[in-house]
Amino acid sequence: MLARARRRHPITFRSVHALDIFDLARVNLTSPAVLAFVLGALSVAIRSDLRLPEAVYQFLSIYLLFAVGLKGGVALSAASPGEVLGPAFAAIMLSAAIPLAAYPTVRLLGRLRIQDAASIAAHYGSVSVVTYTAAAAYLARIGEPVEAFLPALLALMEMPGIIVALVIAQWRLGTSSGLGEAVRETMTGRSVVLLGGGLIIGLLAGTDGVGPVRPLFVDLFAGVLVLFLLDLGISAAQRARDVLRGGRFLVAFGITAPLVFGTVGAFTGTLVGLSPGGATVLATLSASASYIAAPAAVRIALPEANPGLSLAAALAITFPFNLVVGIPVYHQVAQWLHRLPFLAG
Amino acid sequence: MATVPMTLLTIVAEEVLEQRLVRALHDAGIAGYTVTPARGEGARGLRHGANGANIRLETITTTEAADGLLDHLRAHYFANYAIVAWLSDVRVAREEKYQPEHR
Repeated sequence: MLARARRRHPITFRSVHALDIFDLARVNLTSPAVLAFVLGALSVAIRSDLRLPEAVYQFLSIYLLFAVGLKGGVALSAASPGEVLGPAFAAIMLSAAIPLAAYPTVRLLGRLRIQDAASIAAHYGSVSVVTYTAAAAYLARIGEPVEAFLPALLALMEMPGIIVALVIAQWRLGTSSGLGEAVRETMTGRSVVLLGGGLIIGLLAGTDGVGPVRPLFVDLFAGVLVLFLLDLGISAAQRARDVLRGGRFLVAFGITAPLVFGTVGAFTGTLVGLSPGGATVLATLSASASYIAAPAAVRIALPEANPGLSLAAALAITFPFNLVVGIPVYHQVAQWLHRLPFLAG
Repeated sequence: MATVPMTLLTIVAEEVLEQRLVRALHDAGIAGYTVTPARGEGARGLRHGANGANIRLETITTTEAADGLLDHLRAHYFANYAIVAWLSDVRVAREEKYQPEHR
């Protein structure tokens, strides 16, 4: 299948000529998912009455989380533990380390309050499922193969960053309330339950067991993602005012942070033996910011944090940046790192 | 059918508070309530989709219990969350249904 995809897209993948980058940018910018996000944002700008019902938004997010988990579980059932262990450890470490870098940056350079700095650190420490699926879709479109167990890394990276950021906040604020409840909230929240539950179901059912439900959870996935992105475009555009309020620092952070964390993720991924495609996905996961799991946990543990700031950064700046610019860039970086002889043996 | 006056407590709040608000009702001895999804705009901006949804929680109880719950909301949620709450006078049949259980 990969060979067929490569034939269909006559682009050279092993070189980084300027033309290739433009071609890749074109492939990315004309994907229905990216265009649907733009349409959603435009609909807010022209004051259209377009809005998905709340229940539909909930349904789409449940579907995406469960489908990603299920696919990952099936892949995990075919993978050997040895090949997953290194990348899994790297994913957890990355997620835990990102808030350690993000918090002081936001606190010192952005001069935001402890609560807001920790909230932003939690959002960036956790991951965005949709950014992950956009990266997977992009790599599939250009014919770059990836390890099938990557959704397991996604599930592993949901929690650690949130916990580290909340512990930083408690330490700086000198309080000890709310962390336990926030951890419980995240553990029992829909993103962990659906991703983790889907993984286990996929693992137990295996390729044959999941066969009958493939039409719903695999074949329809790309289309459902387009609808979800339409709604995310609306939500992101509604945050535009918060972006303006957040000022230049928020915009600069929302663009610089994913580039830095993405590069670190690509480096780490290459180091632990992931393919260029796999390293691109780990880079994307490191670069992405959560807007499902993190906001819920932070609302409980840090009620004084302004949710507008972290959501504006995660949803209105970093998410579209990753979608349009970030993913192709991380792919280039991963390919480049792979040619360094001392990194990828 | 004879009706008696009771108090309707209505809370519109961010969805993330639902479980905690329900716990507060149970702690006040209130067994029944209704939750419906809600959307709208307020001091904390438009609330929809990824920006966070709202719920509307309603319960009928005694004025004392409703006042106690408003105090609870004031102590814990009014300052930091998207939340509004109000009391209204209503008339109900079967008043025993709405008496809080004392624990």
